[in-house]
Amino acid sequence: MTDATLQTTPLNALHRELGAKMVPFAGYDMPVQFPLGVLGEHRHTRVKAGLFDVSHMGQVRIDGAGSDITGAAQIMETLVPGDIAGLTAGRMRYTQFTNAEGGILDDLMVTHAGDHLFVVVNAACKDQDIALMKAAFGGSLSVLEDRALLALQGPAAVSVLVELAPEAAELTFMTGAAMDVAGLPCFVTRSGYTGEDGYEISVPADGAEALARKLLDHADVEPIGLGARDSLRLEAGLCLYGHDIDTTTSPVEAALLWSIGKRRREEGGFPGAARIQKEIAEGTTRKRVGLKPEGRAPAREGTEIVDADGAPIGKVTSGGFGPSVEGPVAMGYVAGAHAAVGTAVSLMVRGKPLPATVVKLPFVTPGYKR
Amino acid sequence: MVVKYTEDHEWVSVDGDVGTVGITAHAQEQLGDIVFVELPDVGKTVAKGDEAGVVESVKAASEIYAPVAGEIVEVNEALADAPGTANSDPTGAGWFFKVKLSDPSELDGLMDEAAYNDLIG
Repeated sequence: MTDATLQTTPLNALHRELGAKMVPFAGYDMPVQFPLGVLGEHRHTRVKAGLFDVSHMGQVRIDGAGSDITGAAQIMETLVPGDIAGLTAGRMRYTQFTNAEGGILDDLMVTHAGDHLFVVVNAACKDQDIALMKAAFGGSLSVLEDRALLALQGPAAVSVLVELAPEAAELTFMTGAAMDVAGLPCFVTRSGYTGEDGYEISVPADGAEALARKLLDHADVEPIGLGARDSLRLEAGLCLYGHDIDTTTSPVEAALLWSIGKRRREEGGFPGAARIQKEIAEGTTRKRVGLKPEGRAPAREGTEIVDADGAPIGKVTSGGFGPSVEGPVAMGYVAGAHAAVGTAVSLMVRGKPLPATVVKLPFVTPGYKR
Repeated sequence: MVVKYTEDHEWVSVDGDVGTVGITAHAQEQLGDIVFVELPDVGKTVAKGDEAGVVESVKAASEIYAPVAGEIVEVNEALADAPGTANSDPTGAGWFFKVKLSDPSELDGLMDEAAYNDLIG
Protein backbone atom coordinates (compact mmCIF):
# COMPACT_ATOMS: atom_id res chain seq x y z
CA MET A 1 0.00 0.00 0.00
CA THR A 2 1.21 3.47 -0.87
CA ASP A 3 1.05 6.00 1.93
CA ALA A 4 -1.50 8.54 0.67
CA THR A 5 0.59 11.44 1.92
CA LEU A 6 3.53 10.42 -0.26
CA GLN A 7 4.07 11.49 -3.83
CA THR A 8 4.88 8.88 -6.44
CA THR A 9 7.07 8.90 -9.55
CA PRO A 10 5.90 7.65 -12.97
CA LEU A 11 7.80 4.40 -12.27
CA ASN A 12 6.02 3.57 -9.00
CA ALA A 13 3.98 0.68 -10.41
CA LEU A 14 7.05 -0.73 -12.16
CA HIS A 15 9.09 -0.66 -8.93
CA ARG A 16 6.37 -2.64 -7.18
CA GLU A 17 6.10 -5.10 -10.06
CA LEU A 18 9.88 -5.63 -9.85
CA GLY A 19 9.59 -6.47 -6.14
CA ALA A 20 11.14 -3.33 -4.70
CA LYS A 21 11.10 -2.61 -0.99
CA MET A 22 9.53 0.86 -0.89
CA VAL A 23 10.33 3.56 1.69
CA PRO A 24 9.39 7.20 2.18
CA PHE A 25 12.18 9.49 0.95
CA ALA A 26 11.94 13.27 0.64
CA GLY A 27 8.16 13.02 0.50
CA TYR A 28 8.18 10.32 -2.19
CA ASP A 29 7.43 6.62 -2.13
CA MET A 30 10.77 5.31 -3.43
CA PRO A 31 12.50 1.92 -3.88
CA VAL A 32 15.29 1.41 -1.32
CA GLN A 33 16.26 -1.95 -2.79
CA PHE A 34 15.16 -4.54 -5.31
CA PRO A 35 15.36 -8.33 -4.85
CA LEU A 36 19.05 -8.31 -5.87
CA GLY A 37 19.81 -6.46 -2.59
CA VAL A 38 22.00 -3.45 -1.85
CA LEU A 39 25.35 -5.27 -2.15
CA GLY A 40 24.40 -6.96 -5.42
CA GLU A 41 22.92 -3.78 -6.88
CA HIS A 42 26.01 -1.78 -5.93
CA ARG A 43 28.42 -4.31 -7.45
CA HIS A 44 26.28 -4.71 -10.57
CA THR A 45 26.40 -0.95 -11.17
CA ARG A 46 30.21 -0.93 -10.87
CA VAL A 47 30.70 -3.77 -13.39
CA LYS A 48 27.67 -3.53 -15.74
CA ALA A 49 24.88 -0.94 -15.57
CA GLY A 50 22.24 0.08 -13.05
CA LEU A 51 18.99 1.91 -13.71
CA PHE A 52 17.96 4.44 -11.04
CA ASP A 53 14.67 6.30 -10.79
CA VAL A 54 15.62 9.84 -9.77
CA SER A 55 12.32 11.37 -10.86
CA HIS A 56 11.82 12.73 -7.34
CA MET A 57 14.50 15.30 -8.07
CA GLY A 58 13.40 18.72 -9.32
CA GLN A 59 13.86 19.52 -13.01
CA VAL A 60 13.69 23.17 -13.98
CA ARG A 61 13.99 24.98 -17.30
CA ILE A 62 15.09 28.62 -17.43
CA ASP A 63 14.61 30.22 -20.79
CA GLY A 64 16.93 32.84 -22.16
CA ALA A 65 15.96 35.93 -24.14
CA GLY A 66 15.27 34.41 -27.52
CA SER A 67 18.12 31.98 -27.99
CA ASP A 68 20.53 33.95 -25.80
CA ILE A 69 21.03 32.62 -22.27
CA THR A 70 23.69 35.18 -21.29
CA GLY A 71 21.29 37.10 -19.06
CA ALA A 72 19.92 33.95 -17.44
CA ALA A 73 23.44 32.70 -16.73
CA GLN A 74 24.33 36.03 -15.12
CA ILE A 75 21.26 35.88 -12.89
CA MET A 76 22.11 32.28 -11.95
CA GLU A 77 25.53 33.49 -10.86
CA THR A 78 23.84 35.68 -8.22
CA LEU A 79 22.57 32.45 -6.61
CA VAL A 80 25.51 30.05 -6.99
CA PRO A 81 29.33 30.31 -6.87
CA GLY A 82 29.79 28.12 -9.97
CA ASP A 83 30.96 29.58 -13.29
CA ILE A 84 27.66 29.50 -15.20
CA ALA A 85 28.41 32.38 -17.58
CA GLY A 86 31.46 30.46 -18.70
CA LEU A 87 29.48 27.39 -19.76
CA THR A 88 29.42 26.78 -23.49
CA ALA A 89 26.41 25.17 -25.14
CA GLY A 90 26.05 21.53 -24.13
CA ARG A 91 28.25 21.75 -21.05
CA MET A 92 27.11 21.33 -17.45
CA ARG A 93 28.43 22.11 -13.99
CA TYR A 94 27.98 20.97 -10.42
CA THR A 95 27.42 23.92 -8.08
CA GLN A 96 25.61 24.96 -4.88
CA PHE A 97 22.97 27.45 -3.85
CA THR A 98 24.65 29.39 -1.04
CA ASN A 99 23.08 31.61 1.61
CA ALA A 100 24.25 35.03 2.77
CA GLU A 101 26.42 33.35 5.44
CA GLY A 102 28.17 31.19 2.87
CA GLY A 103 26.36 28.01 3.95
CA ILE A 104 24.97 25.58 1.39
CA LEU A 105 21.20 25.61 0.73
CA ASP A 106 21.40 22.74 -1.78
CA ASP A 107 23.68 21.35 -4.45
CA LEU A 108 22.61 21.16 -8.07
CA MET A 109 23.53 20.57 -11.70
CA VAL A 110 23.23 23.35 -14.27
CA THR A 111 23.41 22.57 -18.00
CA HIS A 112 23.67 25.08 -20.84
CA ALA A 113 21.07 23.49 -23.09
CA GLY A 114 21.45 25.90 -26.00
CA ASP A 115 18.44 28.19 -25.67
CA HIS A 116 17.83 27.52 -21.97
CA LEU A 117 19.44 26.41 -18.73
CA PHE A 118 18.43 22.96 -17.51
CA VAL A 119 18.68 22.68 -13.73
CA VAL A 120 18.37 19.57 -11.54
CA VAL A 121 17.97 20.00 -7.76
CA ASN A 122 17.53 17.63 -4.82
CA ALA A 123 14.03 16.36 -4.04
CA ALA A 124 14.17 17.36 -0.37
CA CYS A 125 15.09 20.96 -1.21
CA LYS A 126 13.17 21.51 -4.41
CA ASP A 127 10.34 23.68 -3.06
CA GLN A 128 12.86 26.03 -1.47
CA ASP A 129 15.12 25.98 -4.55
CA ILE A 130 12.27 26.67 -6.96
CA ALA A 131 11.06 29.58 -4.82
CA LEU A 132 14.59 30.95 -4.78
CA MET A 133 14.93 30.67 -8.55
CA LYS A 134 11.40 31.99 -9.22
CA ALA A 135 12.24 35.13 -7.27
CA ALA A 136 15.29 35.59 -9.47
CA PHE A 137 13.98 34.48 -12.87
CA GLY A 138 10.23 35.13 -12.70
CA GLY A 139 8.30 33.97 -15.76
CA SER A 140 11.30 32.59 -17.61
CA LEU A 141 11.36 29.66 -15.20
CA SER A 142 9.27 26.54 -15.70
CA VAL A 143 9.21 23.49 -13.45
CA LEU A 144 9.24 20.36 -15.59
CA GLU A 145 6.54 18.48 -13.64
CA ASP A 146 5.71 16.36 -16.67
CA ARG A 147 9.14 14.77 -16.94
CA ALA A 148 10.71 11.81 -15.20
CA LEU A 149 14.46 11.45 -14.65
CA LEU A 150 16.24 8.13 -15.11
CA ALA A 151 19.91 7.54 -14.36
CA LEU A 152 21.70 4.75 -16.22
CA GLN A 153 25.06 4.27 -14.51
CA GLY A 154 27.99 1.92 -14.93
CA PRO A 155 30.62 0.92 -17.49
CA ALA A 156 28.01 -0.74 -19.72
CA ALA A 157 25.69 2.32 -19.70
CA VAL A 158 27.09 3.60 -22.99
CA SER A 159 26.70 0.34 -24.91
CA VAL A 160 23.16 -0.05 -23.57
CA LEU A 161 22.01 3.49 -24.32
CA VAL A 162 23.48 3.78 -27.81
CA GLU A 163 21.17 0.97 -28.90
CA LEU A 164 18.25 3.31 -28.17
CA ALA A 165 19.99 6.64 -28.84
CA PRO A 166 23.10 6.47 -31.07
CA GLU A 167 23.86 10.17 -30.39
CA ALA A 168 24.50 9.37 -26.72
CA ALA A 169 27.92 8.01 -27.71
CA GLU A 170 28.98 11.53 -28.73
CA LEU A 171 28.52 13.00 -25.26
CA THR A 172 31.50 13.27 -22.94
CA PHE A 173 31.44 13.57 -19.14
CA MET A 174 29.43 16.60 -17.97
CA THR A 175 27.89 17.40 -21.35
CA GLY A 176 24.28 17.05 -22.46
CA ALA A 177 22.02 17.30 -25.50
CA ALA A 178 18.42 16.91 -26.57
CA MET A 179 17.92 13.63 -28.42
CA ASP A 180 15.37 10.93 -29.12
CA VAL A 181 15.74 7.88 -26.90
CA ALA A 182 13.67 4.95 -28.16
CA GLY A 183 11.64 7.50 -30.08
CA LEU A 184 10.93 9.68 -27.03
CA PRO A 185 12.06 13.33 -26.95
CA CYS A 186 14.61 13.36 -24.11
CA PHE A 187 17.36 15.56 -22.72
CA VAL A 188 20.37 13.38 -21.98
CA THR A 189 23.47 14.28 -19.99
CA ARG A 190 26.58 12.15 -19.49
CA SER A 191 26.64 12.55 -15.75
CA GLY A 192 25.49 10.91 -12.56
CA TYR A 193 26.27 10.47 -8.91
CA THR A 194 27.86 7.04 -8.62
CA GLY A 195 31.48 7.61 -9.66
CA GLU A 196 30.79 5.61 -12.83
CA ASP A 197 30.38 6.56 -16.45
CA GLY A 198 26.71 6.94 -17.25
CA TYR A 199 23.78 9.09 -18.21
CA GLU A 200 20.84 10.95 -16.76
CA ILE A 201 17.83 10.92 -19.06
CA SER A 202 15.06 13.50 -18.69
CA VAL A 203 12.07 11.82 -20.35
CA PRO A 204 8.38 12.72 -20.74
CA ALA A 205 6.56 11.23 -17.74
CA ASP A 206 4.10 9.31 -19.91
CA GLY A 207 6.96 7.54 -21.70
CA ALA A 208 9.13 6.89 -18.65
CA GLU A 209 7.88 3.40 -17.84
CA ALA A 210 8.19 2.24 -21.46
CA LEU A 211 11.76 3.57 -21.59
CA ALA A 212 12.65 2.00 -18.24
CA ARG A 213 11.32 -1.37 -19.45
CA LYS A 214 13.36 -1.12 -22.65
CA LEU A 215 16.52 -0.37 -20.66
CA LEU A 216 15.78 -3.16 -18.17
CA ASP A 217 15.25 -5.60 -21.06
CA HIS A 218 18.99 -5.40 -21.68
CA ALA A 219 20.87 -8.25 -20.02
CA ASP A 220 23.42 -5.82 -18.56
CA VAL A 221 20.87 -3.64 -16.73
CA GLU A 222 19.41 -4.15 -13.24
CA PRO A 223 17.09 -1.81 -11.33
CA ILE A 224 18.90 -0.12 -8.43
CA GLY A 225 17.40 1.37 -5.26
CA LEU A 226 18.32 4.23 -2.97
CA GLY A 227 20.39 1.96 -0.72
CA ALA A 228 22.98 1.24 -3.40
CA ARG A 229 22.72 4.81 -4.70
CA ASP A 230 23.95 5.91 -1.27
CA SER A 231 26.85 3.43 -1.03
CA LEU A 232 27.90 4.18 -4.61
CA ARG A 233 28.03 7.95 -4.07
CA LEU A 234 29.81 7.51 -0.72
CA GLU A 235 32.57 5.40 -2.29
CA ALA A 236 32.76 8.05 -5.04
CA GLY A 237 33.35 10.70 -2.34
CA LEU A 238 30.25 12.66 -3.36
CA CYS A 239 28.29 14.74 -0.85
CA LEU A 240 24.72 13.99 0.18
CA TYR A 241 22.81 17.16 0.98
CA GLY A 242 21.52 17.29 4.55
CA HIS A 243 24.30 14.95 5.67
CA ASP A 244 27.72 15.98 4.30
CA ILE A 245 26.69 19.52 3.41
CA ASP A 246 24.04 21.85 4.79
CA THR A 247 23.48 25.49 5.73
CA THR A 248 26.24 25.30 8.37
CA THR A 249 28.95 24.11 5.96
CA SER A 250 30.59 26.29 3.34
CA PRO A 251 31.75 24.95 -0.04
CA VAL A 252 35.35 25.50 1.09
CA GLU A 253 34.91 23.49 4.30
CA ALA A 254 33.14 20.82 2.25
CA ALA A 255 36.18 20.50 -0.06
CA LEU A 256 34.06 21.66 -3.00
CA LEU A 257 36.36 24.52 -3.98
CA TRP A 258 37.04 22.71 -7.28
CA SER A 259 33.46 23.60 -8.25
CA ILE A 260 34.14 27.36 -7.94
CA GLY A 261 36.00 28.70 -10.96
CA LYS A 262 38.89 31.17 -10.80
CA ARG A 263 36.84 34.12 -12.07
CA ARG A 264 34.12 33.60 -9.48
CA ARG A 265 36.63 33.19 -6.63
CA GLU A 266 38.07 36.57 -7.55
CA GLU A 267 34.91 38.45 -8.50
CA GLY A 268 32.52 37.04 -5.91
CA GLY A 269 28.97 38.23 -6.53
CA PHE A 270 27.28 35.14 -5.07
CA PRO A 271 25.55 34.82 -1.67
CA GLY A 272 28.07 34.43 1.14
CA ALA A 273 30.99 35.50 -1.06
CA ALA A 274 32.59 37.41 1.83
CA ARG A 275 32.95 34.28 3.98
CA ILE A 276 33.86 32.02 1.09
CA GLN A 277 36.54 34.36 -0.29
CA LYS A 278 37.96 34.79 3.22
CA GLU A 279 38.12 31.00 3.62
CA ILE A 280 39.81 30.63 0.24
CA ALA A 281 42.46 33.14 1.32
CA GLU A 282 42.92 32.10 4.96
CA GLY A 283 41.74 28.50 5.15
CA THR A 284 39.01 26.98 7.29
CA THR A 285 38.94 25.63 10.82
CA ARG A 286 37.49 22.32 9.63
CA LYS A 287 37.40 20.33 6.43
CA ARG A 288 35.51 17.42 4.91
CA VAL A 289 37.80 14.40 4.54
CA GLY A 290 37.62 10.73 3.66
CA LEU A 291 37.98 8.29 6.57
CA LYS A 292 39.00 4.64 6.28
CA PRO A 293 38.21 2.67 9.43
CA GLU A 294 40.45 -0.30 10.18
CA GLY A 295 38.81 -3.71 10.33
CA ARG A 296 35.25 -4.34 9.23
CA ALA A 297 33.00 -2.38 11.61
CA PRO A 298 31.23 0.50 9.84
CA ALA A 299 31.19 3.95 11.47
CA ARG A 300 27.84 5.59 10.82
CA GLU A 301 26.73 9.19 10.44
CA GLY A 302 27.07 11.05 13.74
CA THR A 303 30.05 9.01 14.98
CA GLU A 304 32.48 11.19 16.94
CA ILE A 305 36.00 11.52 15.55
CA VAL A 306 38.76 11.86 18.18
CA ASP A 307 42.51 12.45 18.02
CA ALA A 308 45.27 10.26 19.50
CA ASP A 309 44.58 11.74 22.96
CA GLY A 310 40.86 11.07 22.73
CA ALA A 311 39.95 14.74 22.23
CA PRO A 312 36.97 15.32 19.91
CA ILE A 313 38.01 16.73 16.53
CA GLY A 314 34.91 16.19 14.41
CA LYS A 315 32.00 14.01 13.34
CA VAL A 316 31.28 11.45 10.63
CA THR A 317 28.66 12.80 8.19
CA SER A 318 28.29 9.70 6.00
CA GLY A 319 29.51 6.23 6.80
CA GLY A 320 28.82 2.64 6.02
CA PHE A 321 30.09 -0.39 4.20
CA GLY A 322 31.66 0.10 0.79
CA PRO A 323 30.82 -3.00 -1.26
CA SER A 324 33.50 -2.30 -3.90
CA VAL A 325 36.09 -1.34 -1.28
CA GLU A 326 34.97 -4.47 0.59
CA GLY A 327 35.19 -2.66 3.89
CA PRO A 328 33.89 0.28 5.85
CA VAL A 329 34.18 3.79 4.37
CA ALA A 330 33.21 7.18 5.78
CA MET A 331 33.43 10.93 5.31
CA GLY A 332 33.34 13.58 7.95
CA TYR A 333 34.57 16.95 9.10
CA VAL A 334 37.76 17.25 11.14
CA ALA A 335 39.63 20.21 12.58
CA GLY A 336 42.17 21.61 10.14
CA ALA A 337 45.20 20.23 12.01
CA HIS A 338 43.92 16.68 11.45
CA ALA A 339 42.81 17.00 7.83
CA ALA A 340 46.02 15.87 6.13
CA VAL A 341 45.88 12.57 4.27
CA GLY A 342 47.49 9.88 6.39
CA THR A 343 46.50 11.36 9.76
CA ALA A 344 45.60 8.67 12.30
CA VAL A 345 42.33 9.28 14.12
CA SER A 346 39.83 7.21 16.07
CA LEU A 347 36.10 6.83 15.53
CA MET A 348 34.01 6.30 18.66
CA VAL A 349 31.83 3.33 17.70
CA ARG A 350 29.64 2.06 20.54
CA GLY A 351 31.88 3.71 23.09
CA LYS A 352 35.09 2.16 21.80
CA PRO A 353 37.78 3.93 19.75
CA LEU A 354 38.02 2.39 16.30
CA PRO A 355 41.30 3.26 14.56
CA ALA A 356 40.90 5.05 11.22
CA THR A 357 43.00 7.03 8.77
CA VAL A 358 42.26 10.26 6.91
CA VAL A 359 42.35 9.29 3.23
CA LYS A 360 42.06 10.94 -0.15
CA LEU A 361 38.61 10.85 -1.74
CA PRO A 362 37.20 9.09 -3.69
CA PHE A 363 37.55 5.53 -2.40
CA VAL A 364 37.17 4.12 -5.92
CA THR A 365 38.67 5.24 -9.23
CA PRO A 366 36.00 7.15 -11.16
CA GLY A 367 34.99 5.78 -14.56
CA TYR A 368 34.04 9.15 -16.08
CA LYS A 369 34.53 9.44 -19.89
CA ARG A 370 36.11 12.86 -20.35
CA MET B 1 16.75 -30.44 20.86
CA VAL B 2 14.32 -27.60 21.36
CA VAL B 3 14.21 -24.36 19.33
CA LYS B 4 12.69 -21.22 20.79
CA TYR B 5 12.23 -17.70 19.43
CA THR B 6 12.29 -14.18 20.85
CA GLU B 7 10.36 -11.04 19.96
CA ASP B 8 13.72 -9.61 18.82
CA HIS B 9 13.73 -12.21 16.02
CA GLU B 10 16.41 -14.43 17.46
CA TRP B 11 16.36 -18.18 17.78
CA VAL B 12 17.95 -20.33 20.45
CA SER B 13 18.46 -24.02 19.81
CA VAL B 14 19.07 -25.91 23.05
CA ASP B 15 21.09 -29.10 23.29
CA GLY B 16 21.57 -30.20 26.89
CA ASP B 17 22.46 -27.04 28.84
CA VAL B 18 23.94 -25.15 25.88
CA GLY B 19 21.89 -22.89 23.63
CA THR B 20 23.04 -21.85 20.15
CA VAL B 21 21.79 -18.37 19.24
CA GLY B 22 21.23 -16.69 15.87
CA ILE B 23 18.78 -14.47 14.02
CA THR B 24 15.76 -15.73 12.15
CA ALA B 25 15.28 -15.88 8.38
CA HIS B 26 12.70 -13.10 8.79
CA ALA B 27 15.23 -10.94 10.67
CA GLN B 28 17.98 -11.32 8.07
CA GLU B 29 15.49 -10.48 5.33
CA GLN B 30 14.42 -7.32 7.16
CA LEU B 31 18.04 -6.31 7.86
CA GLY B 32 19.24 -6.77 4.29
CA ASP B 33 22.83 -7.59 3.41
CA ILE B 34 24.84 -8.15 6.61
CA VAL B 35 28.36 -6.70 6.46
CA PHE B 36 29.65 -6.95 10.03
CA VAL B 37 28.89 -8.92 13.17
CA GLU B 38 30.30 -8.05 16.59
CA LEU B 39 30.18 -11.01 18.95
CA PRO B 40 30.58 -11.21 22.74
CA ASP B 41 33.78 -12.39 24.39
CA VAL B 42 33.90 -16.06 25.32
CA GLY B 43 33.61 -16.36 29.09
CA LYS B 44 31.35 -13.33 29.45
CA THR B 45 28.24 -13.79 31.58
CA VAL B 46 25.03 -12.31 30.25
CA ALA B 47 21.59 -11.80 31.73
CA LYS B 48 18.46 -12.43 29.68
CA GLY B 49 17.89 -9.38 27.49
CA ASP B 50 21.46 -8.08 27.77
CA GLU B 51 23.11 -6.71 24.69
CA ALA B 52 25.36 -9.53 23.51
CA GLY B 53 26.53 -8.22 20.16
CA VAL B 54 25.76 -6.12 17.14
CA VAL B 55 24.79 -7.00 13.60
CA GLU B 56 25.38 -4.38 10.94
CA SER B 57 23.66 -4.47 7.60
CA VAL B 58 24.29 -2.12 4.69
CA LYS B 59 21.50 -0.02 6.18
CA ALA B 60 21.97 0.11 9.94
CA ALA B 61 23.33 -1.40 13.13
CA SER B 62 21.08 -3.60 15.27
CA GLU B 63 21.74 -5.04 18.71
CA ILE B 64 21.76 -8.75 19.39
CA TYR B 65 20.23 -9.56 22.77
CA ALA B 66 20.89 -12.60 24.92
CA PRO B 67 17.65 -14.64 24.74
CA VAL B 68 18.57 -16.40 27.98
CA ALA B 69 21.01 -15.86 30.84
CA GLY B 70 24.29 -17.72 31.01
CA GLU B 71 27.95 -17.84 30.08
CA ILE B 72 29.15 -17.38 26.51
CA VAL B 73 31.05 -20.59 25.72
CA GLU B 74 31.70 -20.22 21.98
CA VAL B 75 31.27 -17.64 19.22
CA ASN B 76 31.06 -18.15 15.46
CA GLU B 77 34.49 -16.84 14.41
CA ALA B 78 33.70 -17.56 10.75
CA LEU B 79 31.31 -14.60 10.70
CA ALA B 80 34.25 -12.19 11.00
CA ASP B 81 35.34 -12.91 7.44
CA ALA B 82 31.99 -14.01 6.07
CA PRO B 83 29.21 -12.01 7.79
CA GLY B 84 26.95 -12.73 4.81
CA THR B 85 26.53 -16.29 6.13
CA ALA B 86 24.00 -14.79 8.53
CA ASN B 87 21.94 -13.91 5.42
CA SER B 88 22.46 -17.08 3.42
CA ASP B 89 22.10 -19.60 6.28
CA PRO B 90 20.72 -17.72 9.31
CA THR B 91 19.54 -20.80 11.19
CA GLY B 92 22.55 -22.97 10.34
CA ALA B 93 26.13 -21.89 9.58
CA GLY B 94 25.15 -18.27 10.35
CA TRP B 95 24.76 -18.86 14.11
CA PHE B 96 26.22 -16.17 16.40
CA PHE B 97 27.18 -17.63 19.78
CA LYS B 98 26.63 -20.47 22.22
CA VAL B 99 25.54 -19.81 25.78
CA LYS B 100 25.61 -22.20 28.75
CA LEU B 101 22.19 -21.67 30.29
CA SER B 102 22.17 -20.61 33.95
CA ASP B 103 18.39 -20.92 34.20
CA PRO B 104 16.79 -23.29 31.65
CA SER B 105 13.33 -22.33 32.92
CA GLU B 106 13.76 -19.03 31.04
CA LEU B 107 13.09 -20.99 27.86
CA ASP B 108 9.47 -21.37 28.93
CA GLY B 109 9.01 -17.63 28.45
CA LEU B 110 10.09 -17.78 24.80
CA MET B 111 7.97 -18.58 21.75
CA ASP B 112 7.78 -21.86 19.93
CA GLU B 113 7.89 -21.92 16.15
CA ALA B 114 4.12 -21.67 15.70
CA ALA B 115 3.88 -18.65 18.01
CA TYR B 116 6.81 -16.97 16.26
CA ASN B 117 5.27 -17.54 12.85
CA ASP B 118 2.09 -15.90 14.15
CA LEU B 119 4.16 -12.92 15.31
CA ILE B 120 5.74 -12.29 11.94
CA GLY B 121 2.46 -13.01 10.18
